[in-house]
Formats: sequence, structure tokens, C-alpha cells
Amino acid sequence: MADAVRVHVTVNGQPQTAEVEPRLLLVHFLRDTLGLTGTHVGCDTSNCGACTVHLDDESVKSCTVLAVQADGAEVRTIEGMARGTDLHPLQEGFWAEHGLQCGYCTPGMIMAAADLLARNPDPSEHEIRDGIAGNLCRCTGYHNIVKAVQHAARLQQRGEVPEPEMSEAGAENAREVAARGLGA
Amino acid sequence: MTDANGLHVGRRMRRKEDPPLLQGKGNYVEDITVPGVLWAAFVRSPEAHARIASIDASAARERPGVEAVFTGAELDLEAPLPLAWVPPGVEVNAPAHWPLAKEAVKHVGDPVAVVIGTDRYAVVDAAEDVIVEYDPLPAVVDPEAALDGGDLVHDDLGTNKVHEWSLGGDVESALASSDVVIERRFVNHRTAGAPIECRGVIADYRAGELTVWSATQVPHFLKLFLALQLGMTEDRVRVIAPDVGGGFGSKLQVYGEEILLAWVSRKLGRPVKWIETRSENMATAHHGRDQVAYVKMGANRDGTFTALHVKIIADFGAYMMLLTPLIPSLGAFVMAGCYRWQAVRTDITGVMTNKMATDAIRGAGRPEATHYIEVMVEQMAAELGIDRLELRRRNFIPPEDFPAETPVGIVYDSGDYPGSLAKLLERFDPEAERGRTADGKLRGVGFSTWTEICGLAPSRVTGPSGLGVQAGLMESALVRVHSTGSITVYTGTSPHGQGLETSFAQIVADRLACDPQQIDVLHGDTSQGPWGLDTYGSRSLAVGGEAIARATAKVADKVRAIVAHKLEAAADDIEVREGKFSVKGSPDKGMTLAEVAGLAYIPEDNLPAGMEPGLEETSFYDPENFVFPFGAHAAVVEIDPETGKVDLVRYLAVDDCGPAINPSLIEGQIHGGIVHAVGQALFEQVAYDEDGQLATGSFVSYALPSAAELPMFETDRTETPSPVNSLGVKGVGEAGTIAASAAVTNAVIDALRPEGIAFMNMPLTPMRVWEALQEKRGAPA
Repeated sequence: MADAVRVHVTVNGQPQTAEVEPRLLLVHFLRDTLGLTGTHVGCDTSNCGACTVHLDDESVKSCTVLAVQADGAEVRTIEGMARGTDLHPLQEGFWAEHGLQCGYCTPGMIMAAADLLARNPDPSEHEIRDGIAGNLCRCTGYHNIVKAVQHAARLQQRGEVPEPEMSEAGAENAREVAARGLGA
Repeated sequence: MTDANGLHVGRRMRRKEDPPLLQGKGNYVEDITVPGVLWAAFVRSPEAHARIASIDASAARERPGVEAVFTGAELDLEAPLPLAWVPPGVEVNAPAHWPLAKEAVKHVGDPVAVVIGTDRYAVVDAAEDVIVEYDPLPAVVDPEAALDGGDLVHDDLGTNKVHEWSLGGDVESALASSDVVIERRFVNHRTAGAPIECRGVIADYRAGELTVWSATQVPHFLKLFLALQLGMTEDRVRVIAPDVGGGFGSKLQVYGEEILLAWVSRKLGRPVKWIETRSENMATAHHGRDQVAYVKMGANRDGTFTALHVKIIADFGAYMMLLTPLIPSLGAFVMAGCYRWQAVRTDITGVMTNKMATDAIRGAGRPEATHYIEVMVEQMAAELGIDRLELRRRNFIPPEDFPAETPVGIVYDSGDYPGSLAKLLERFDPEAERGRTADGKLRGVGFSTWTEICGLAPSRVTGPSGLGVQAGLMESALVRVHSTGSITVYTGTSPHGQGLETSFAQIVADRLACDPQQIDVLHGDTSQGPWGLDTYGSRSLAVGGEAIARATAKVADKVRAIVAHKLEAAADDIEVREGKFSVKGSPDKGMTLAEVAGLAYIPEDNLPAGMEPGLEETSFYDPENFVFPFGAHAAVVEIDPETGKVDLVRYLAVDDCGPAINPSLIEGQIHGGIVHAVGQALFEQVAYDEDGQLATGSFVSYALPSAAELPMFETDRTETPSPVNSLGVKGVGEAGTIAASAAVTNAVIDALRPEGIAFMNMPLTPMRVWEALQEKRGAPA
């Protein structure tokens, strides 16, 4: 086993510091080290997208990112999407449109869709389907997932979108705090 | 949430399950931590067939953090892994099957050793240090060749044949007197369940009690078999199926890994956890389908169907798992499809090969049967020169004939086949969708008018003296009204995505004058309720839901008696009305459930003479018959003749599963079911090469459909109640999967027919379609 490496990652706005094996996957860092079990593993090969999270505001498949690669970065997971009891528009959309059944792909699907809507706030059906093509669902046949994303896009266009929990300046501050060695 | 009538059944209601799942607060097996837990990793065979010459685990045992390595030689279980189908009068050759291979490995992925240690990464490293020497043996791969003698999968059985099983009488005379007989050879290829959550198990044996968490569809089955395998009494075994990330039949199994982890936990006195990788799942979660079928269909020139004869060779793989050899028989029960026949017969031959076992995957035998019937119907229409929809209408069992006994002795409960087809055709004009497009694509339409048999139960048919399933397929429910009026319902079914916490709450709410949000539906923990028979075979609503309706009716009867006693009215005059139990004709005289519950738990003089206090009831329900949902589906495809790529451009479905409890949940099941079959028709195939090596060992090579390959679905329903249960409901979990592969295949054939291609087998991948077109054009493929 290689020597442990210290990583500082801001996760859902909270600075986190840990000693990890260099080979530790980001998804296992999130799940096993931080206890954020909402991010799932479905395939180990980046095909299913159940492990999708945001790394510096872009969606990545956390089963093929090492925790050490996230050092200094800001990570957002499904646990960071709702604001208190107010669901994120995508969470609301998936609930309203019956966009989930077993729920296992759902966190990754929501994170991928959030990335899509950030880049394209008014996607066509075709663009939604292309945008979530890297996320597999075995339950829904995707019909209601497409409707859920459309639902969320409508909510966001009406301005019912929660701001990110932390501003970029706040995140930068959190990173600095982390870098100074909080918990060291 | 309630309307003026207080009715929840039949309405779209958001799922009670969803808020935690949407926020990453689900509780799947991998999310569960037990203090002091050890991790397990398996050493699996890279060979399809080999004798184990030696196993050297010394290097693995010396690694830091490794607590133990076990091989098959050290196992001391009471019995091999179970085969729960023992049909009376039928010889079934079943090899001994242990959680770890004892002398030989029989398929790629067959487990040889298990490494136990303190860290999930370290046990994987250690597993790679276990040196296994194999003496390779010839791999048996082709199921038809396997029946012709030659190499054996299991020497001690002396044959590769598992069994022969037939249903139906003489078809030869009806075929001989038919004007036209057509024959086709179908290959209904092997597929995977492929739930997005792989398998996972935690076993914790302490103080003589065993608790197992498993990503399973069948916690009650697992409890029983854990007790039998480990020599424990059932009361000491608790199985919990927490949130389960999809099953599709692949978790309707008692797996060696589940038994083994429990055995290891008892051996070491420590909890043990195993989370399957996708590669393991593709190789060792049971597969489905994998039949070769020789089908003969007879008809007269006027279009009257005469007889159908289906000879199935079913590739069962290397071992007989929980229900492996039963699966094709489930198709035989509905081999008559929606039609009238003089005779229908299915002859099944099971065969062993050096592959992973097959068993139930969504539809289990019925997608295969429907595929044969519905593709043959369109083949026959072309042969006779009769419109394929007109041909169907001429042969449909008419609505007035129900209940209708088919030539195989099964009684269909209810149906309106012309009705669902007529409703389908209201939505589109098939002729407008056919032909060559302006940009040179080949467009075709295919249909599937289907029925199936589900609601598994009734025990008198399926049980040990009938079909031979070694279980009493029935269902249980417990309805407990707490003293303040909230309700806990325990169901013996084990949902894993179906939304039963919601639909079952809707059923109870209407009958007890309360809001579904007051009702918690518990499931999947064998210590919380009565014995149940779990979730598969589209049984949960028609059997489990009816059990809940019956237990709830008993509670409601008691509530009515208490209200009548308190309000000095007749119990028969107490009705559920606007959230209360009210006296008929005096709507202001009534009591809420909470008020009644208070009386039931503080009896004093509040209860009628002789009535026991408390307010909870249990029901065990064994139905009189199966239920038979049905419908009409149509697929529209567009094929690029230059690449062979098939695009599914429209899909329409009218289904009938009786009166809806929650229409949204029905649509969700239909959508997902359709895509499961579209996957088989166009994309998915579990492929082994000629040496028995698995070529599709991950999602890189096993092509699950993505959103980008699919259209929106155009669905509708008819509602023909079943007379079998008081809800009138039929199952819907497998409906889409049973219907859709034939519709897609017929559409592809319809598109290719002008090119001279009149028949094709799945999977209709670009390569296979392109090759078929090249062959017809005389070009070298």
C-alpha cells in the first residue's frame, strides 16, 4: 500500500481534509470517508453514470476519478442539491413526473441533468436525451426522466431555481481554510 | 390529497418513496455499515470448464488485514444450493451446486475461494494473490450440440439433458389437416437483468442469531434457505432487503454468495460484507432467455388458425438455480396467446452448458412465448396474403367467451382483445408509417397483441403437488392501526422500485377513511411481519395488494362495529364518507379512525360485548386463479440501409391490467418494461465465445439502451376487471417486456420485406441487419 496522501476538497460547501490512499476513488472517498452515500456505484467503467457528481461545476463520473485528483477542487453531490427542505427543481421534477422507480440511478441522473441545464437552460427533448445518454436507468425507460428534466427546466425558467449554496468567493474562502490545514 | 369522495384508488399520487431517494438518503445495502465489519472478495474462475488442480492461498493469507481465505473444501453446509422446482413425475437432472466450487469449475465466474479482510481494497489485492491451477476441460457451449452427446458439463450426470416437459395435447392431426403450415427457427438469445445496483450482502451472526441484509427481491425465500443451509431454525434468521436498486428477476434468487457470507460470519464471529462489481454481476448474476425454438403454425386459407407447436431447447447453463428449469414452462401456459386454436403444444428440453445459469428475468418464459406467437402471426399473414390485423381479429378469443379455457387447460380470467387493438388504432395510421422515406430509410410497422399469465400463486396450481414449486405461493398482509390513528401496513411482497408503498397506502386509505400519508407500508424485513412470498412474476398487487385489501376489510369491519356500538347504529349502516366512518343518512354522525383507534386501545366500556381490544388484522390470501393482463402494442422503426442501424421512432401501447390503483405507476412499469424488451430486440446480448469465454463482461460491451436511442412512448389503457380478486387488478410489471420484442422484430421485418428479407432473429443489431441486406443484394457480407 502506497503512503497516504492528504487531500483538501470542498464538498457541498464544506471544507474536508483527509489522508487517503493514492488509489482511492473519489466515489469511495465521498461514500466511505465522508459518509455521503447518495452517490452510487453501478458499473466501475464510466458507462452507467450512477456515480455522477460535479467537480468544479462540471459533471464527472466519480468512479473513474481519484480522490487525489479532486485535491483543491469543489465537489457537489446529490446531498448538496436541496436547500433545507426545499427540493432542487430537478428533484421536484423527478418527483412530480414519476422520474424514478428504484432510485439507484437517480442521484447521478439528477447531477448529469443539472450540468445539462446549467449549459442549456431550455433543452429540446433530443438535447435532453443526448445530455443524459451517459447515465443508464433500467427502470423507467427514460420517458418520465425526460419529462422530469423538462419540468425542472420550466421551474428554473420561472425563476424558481435555488442559488448554489455557496458563492464562488465563499468556496474560494473554504478552499483557503482547507489549505491552511483545518483539522491538521 | 383527498377529493370529495375520499377516494385515492385510481388517482395519480406522488410516490411516498421518493423524497429520501431524491436527496441521496436512500438506504441500499452498500450504504449500511455494521461495526467491525469485514470485507469479502471472491476468487473466480477464468476458465469455462476445468478441474481445479490446486489452490495456494498462502500469499493471500499473509497479506496485512487478511483474516481468512476459504475454499470449497472447507465448506460444511447442510445442503447444496436450492432448486425449488421439483415437478411431480418429471426427472430433472440437477448437479450439486455449492457456493464455492469443490473440484471443478463449470463456467467463467464460478467462485473458487473467498478472501475475508478488514479493508475493501486489500481483500481485492489478496484475492489476486490466490494461485489456482486449472486443468482445462472442453467447454460445452452450443445447446443443440450439447444434446447430441460428446463432451459433458457434469460427468456424473452422464448427460447434458436436464429434463423434458410438455404441455398440450396432440397437434399433429390439426397441423396435418391445415391448408397452410409454416415453420420457423427462433433464437431467443441470452440477456442480463442488469439492475443498476449490483448485488450486495452483509451477514452478521452473533449470539446464535443471524441477520442478513441483501439486495434481493426475495428476503422471505432467503430466510428459509439460510435456515436450511446453515442448520438453523427460522426464528433465528432475519433477512432485510433494504432499498434495492432494481431486480428484474436477477435478484429473484438464493445466491451462493448470500449463503456463504452467512456461513463465514458464523465461522469467524464477525459481520461480513460483499459488494459485487459489475464484472462479477455480468458473469454471475443469473441470465435470462436463451432458447432455440422450432415453431410450426397451421392455418386455413380463410385465415382460421388451427394449431401451434413450439419445441424449445432451453440453455440452462451450468447449474440449476432456484427456478431455472421452470422458466420456459411459464411461457407454455400462455402459448395460445390471444387466439382460438384447435390444438397448442409446447415441448421443452432443458440442456446444460458451460455458461452461467439462466433463471427468471423480467417476463420469464412469457416474453419468449409471446415473441414466437406474435412473430408467427405476422409471418402467417404474409403467407396467406391477409392483413395482419384482420387476421388477428378473426382469431381473437372474443370478449364474450371469458372466462376462456385454452387448449393447454389454462383458464383466462377476462379480456377484450379487439378492444385494446381498436384503441391502439385510434392513435395512429399504420399505413402512413410504412415504406421508404425521402432520404432512403426503410420504414416498417410491427404489432404485438399479447396476453400473459401472472399474479404468481395460486398454490393449488403452482405448489408441490401441482406444477412443482416447493413453496406455497400465496401472500400475507398485516394492517396495524396505532392508538392515535396512524397505520403500519406490513406486506409480504418485497418491492424494489415498483412504488408499492404508495399504491398499497392508496388501497388502505380508501377503506379506512384516512390519508395515505398517515400510512407506512413496511416490507422486506422478515422480522416485521408474517411470512411472505416476495416480489416477482407481476404478483405484488394482484396477490399482495389483495391480501392488504382483505386485512384492511377485517379492520374496517371492526371499526364499523365499534362505531355502531358507540353511535347506537347498525354496523351495516356505517359507511366511509369524507374522512369518517359515518352513519348512513346522518352524515354528521360519525367518527374518525383516530377516535375509533383510541377506543380500541383504551377499551373501558367502549367496545361491543365480547370484542377483543386492539386494532390490527392479518390476512393470508391464496387466489383461485392467475390473472391475465393483455394489450396491443405497435412499433415503428426506420432502418438506414447503408449501416443497418435500426431506429425506434414511435412506440404505441394500449394495455389492460384491470382498474388502475395509480395510473402513474402503471405507465412507469409499462415504459420500463417496453425498454427492457427493446433492449433485447435491438441492443443487448450476453455473448459467450466458442471456448465459453464471456465476451460481454461489463457495460462497455453489454449494450443497455440509453435515453438517446429511444422515443417518447404513446401509451393508453383499457380497464377490464379480473374476476379473480376484489380489486379487479392484474399484474403490470412484466407486461411491456412480454409484449415488445415481437412488435419491434415485426416492424424490422416489415421494413426489410421489400428488400427480400422475410424473417430475422434478434438481436437486430446494425451488423446483423446490414449483413442480411448485403446478402440479399448479392454482395459479400
